[in-house]
Amino acid sequence: MSLERAAWLFIAPALLALGLFFFLPVAGAFIMSLTDFDLYALSDRANLRFVGLRNYYTLLQDPLFWKALGNTFYFVVLGAPLSIGLSLVAALLVNSKLARFRALFRTIFFAPVVTTLVAVAVVWRYIFHARYGFLNFALAQIGVEPIDWMGDPRWAMPAIVILAVWKNFGYNMIILLAALQNIPEELYEAARIDGASAWQTFRHITVPGLGPVLLLVSILTMVGYFQLFAEPYVMTEGGPLQSTLSVLYFMYEEGFKWWSLGRASAVAFLLFILMFIVTLLQLRIGRREARA
Amino acid sequence: MKRTPAVVAVNAILLFAAVVTVFPLFWMLSVSFMPSGAASTYPPPLLPDAPTLENYRELFAGQAAGRYLFNSAVVATLATIISLTFNTMAGYAFAKLRFRGRDRIFQALLGALVIPAQVTLIPLFALVKELGLVSTYAGVLVPSLATVFGIFLIRQYALSLPDELLEAARIDGASERRIFWWLVIPLLRPILVTLAILTFLATWNDFMWPLIVLTSQEMYTLPVALAGLSREHVQENEMMMAGAVITVAPVLILFLGLQRYYIAGILAGGVKG
Repeated sequence: MSLERAAWLFIAPALLALGLFFFLPVAGAFIMSLTDFDLYALSDRANLRFVGLRNYYTLLQDPLFWKALGNTFYFVVLGAPLSIGLSLVAALLVNSKLARFRALFRTIFFAPVVTTLVAVAVVWRYIFHARYGFLNFALAQIGVEPIDWMGDPRWAMPAIVILAVWKNFGYNMIILLAALQNIPEELYEAARIDGASAWQTFRHITVPGLGPVLLLVSILTMVGYFQLFAEPYVMTEGGPLQSTLSVLYFMYEEGFKWWSLGRASAVAFLLFILMFIVTLLQLRIGRREARA
Repeated sequence: MKRTPAVVAVNAILLFAAVVTVFPLFWMLSVSFMPSGAASTYPPPLLPDAPTLENYRELFAGQAAGRYLFNSAVVATLATIISLTFNTMAGYAFAKLRFRGRDRIFQALLGALVIPAQVTLIPLFALVKELGLVSTYAGVLVPSLATVFGIFLIRQYALSLPDELLEAARIDGASERRIFWWLVIPLLRPILVTLAILTFLATWNDFMWPLIVLTSQEMYTLPVALAGLSREHVQENEMMMAGAVITVAPVLILFLGLQRYYIAGILAGGVKG
């Protein structure tokens, strides 16, 4: 058996699986988004019609789609900086030479990352319970009036952000922690000899040292947060007053509640393009910062 | 270590943050042992007065939790075994075997990492329906048979295997298959454990695709079943906490046992699986 043939046999199963169940559906998503694929087409392809860009056109005129888009952006803009900020603080604390039991703290902060999102969403729904939840009880101890977290359109999305930050900050913390440990000790040593303050050291040694990793972490976090779905599905069913309806939730309902699979594919594609643009923008900003 | 104010402050903040982080999981566990209705009181009770297993009994006897647990275990185990096999074969080939188009194919695969899996869900459902696999284990498994991330992870690790070793085995007349199973696999062991645990946890925790493709209740995985139950039984917090415990406990225990490998995977990839 030639090496060339052996190599192809080694990659064939993976390429076949990816081709059939990933690349084909990606192409399929675009094609389906140009059709009126619905329940009738699902049972008999003869009912399928090509409609060009009509799905995109009607979507962009659908206030509910814009609402979902706005909610998703709100979640990303609020959640991503909070997550990354907290991850950075946690990484700095765990990395601090003053800290004890560093490995234990690292494990504790990381634990929420491996938990099942649906399960912890159920738990947090209970913590957010307006009457019996622990959060309102804790807030009452410092004199805050009870908040109807899941029932008030102003508070439902912030509540979901709190859950997401709790669940995810440990992930970026681990990556940032590794990056922190890669910053040469001599730099800190030199800063200390020069009499730099803690803030100056952080601003001029730690942040530049983290630079590219911070950019990577921001992109990963934002891309992840654009895919908001399980939290509103479990905690609020998109409500109240559609205040937690995300783009993916909208897609799910279009596709599997109303069986407008063509329209749902268009939603998926628009979300993808959006995420792609945001990623490119961040890369560009990141490069400019690096040059400055 | 001296007890300077800075030491006290850093450790106090860490301790406070740790308590806040653990609290939801602690409360989940504690409330799961409370009798029905006990947790719907104010102020919220921290510990059960009279611990009971009635919620767990109800979940397993009345709600088929055993079946969901079994489904989750089957799906996560199969996904892990199959994708580990496919990804390892491909990752090794991309790293160590020479063939035409190798680098171009690998670059194309890496490029696909920017495409979120959610884009594929709707056509994938149509495809799975066409294949008659709706509401089957095979249907849930199809998107996780092979992953770009897994191939990438294995390739990065396999690049460090010494070529001389493989060449020596070839000169001794070993077949490529034999070299792979008896030489390469043992050398890749640490990264295989890492990828196995990443895959198992990701499949166990996966929600959106199973929710779409599993239409009959007896095929539900734990997250899908729990999401459904929690919508039906909004008021029964104690039972829902027990359901959350059943769902979270296996992966949390697995993580605590193998966290070294898990964290190595995150650092090697920097990408979610």
